[in-house]
Amino acid sequence: MATTSITIDETPRVRSFLALADDALILGHRTSEWTGHAPTLEEELALANIALDLIGQARALYQATGYAEDELAYLRDPPQFRNALLAELPNGDFAFTIARLFLVSVASDLLWRGAMGSDDPDLAAIAAKAEKETAYHVRHTAEWLIRLGDGTGESHRRAQDAIETLWAYTGEVTAGIDRAAWLRVVSPILVRATLTQPADGWMQSGGRDGRHTEHLGHLLAEMQILPRSYPGAVW
Amino acid sequence: MSATPLWEVFVRARNGLAHKHVGSVHAADATMALQAARDVYTRRGEGLSLWVVPSNAIIASDPSDRDMLFEPTGSKIYRHPTFYEVPDEVGHM
Repeated sequence: MATTSITIDETPRVRSFLALADDALILGHRTSEWTGHAPTLEEELALANIALDLIGQARALYQATGYAEDELAYLRDPPQFRNALLAELPNGDFAFTIARLFLVSVASDLLWRGAMGSDDPDLAAIAAKAEKETAYHVRHTAEWLIRLGDGTGESHRRAQDAIETLWAYTGEVTAGIDRAAWLRVVSPILVRATLTQPADGWMQSGGRDGRHTEHLGHLLAEMQILPRSYPGAVW
Repeated sequence: MSATPLWEVFVRARNGLAHKHVGSVHAADATMALQAARDVYTRRGEGLSLWVVPSNAIIASDPSDRDMLFEPTGSKIYRHPTFYEVPDEVGHM
């Protein structure tokens, strides 16, 4: 890489903003990878809309840290990212993509609702905007999950596989909220989708401390290659 | 895709306007059709309200009837309200 990474003075406020922002950026980037590959034109736009919402949330949160948003996105190395591991996992198939977006969006929606009353005016303003976007992400992915789970034998199997793989990664996502409240939204949708809810057991963690899966490095390499190779490049 | 039903999409841009046909989407059912319509046709603030209608519920005029149905009106210019003198006192109409 041609440019050196920045160092961040991670005050508690900066760190909490980075966790939210990195979740949104990394999941937004993952979701944007569907562009050109989605099963239908309609769903391609739906996923692109969600990706853009997430990246927009990330930008607002980065800006609120006082650091340059581009530097935060492009000039940090994997151990400096504070996103939950769930966000960085590869997209897998459509069922995995939808199931992940659903599980994360339910948590995000609860988080934004709580943050709307925050004493931090930046966070309260971002939360008020993000909550409307996220409420739609929940609705869209829930409707899809119900149809995949209660669809064909193959779509049910893929949706069930996705839920089981993802479940151990949800502990990190619900750490900042009330998991019981999260389950009160998630469980009825799983029932309607005729999917079996995995038991809460051992949970993956480490993303908030920068201990990531090998997938984040690959994602960042692709996302950062241009600004790292051509510092200051403009459109 | 041929098995996925087609829906016609109507968007109302502002209060007081009529819903206007903007295009169509494929979707398996009404709920997903409404979401697809939202995602495809209201990305730039185009609307405040959406309708989706199954395309096969639209009863369309037969193109071969076009002359019979519509051509005769071309010679009935008196149906256009252009033969009235508008008094100055009325102002802009």
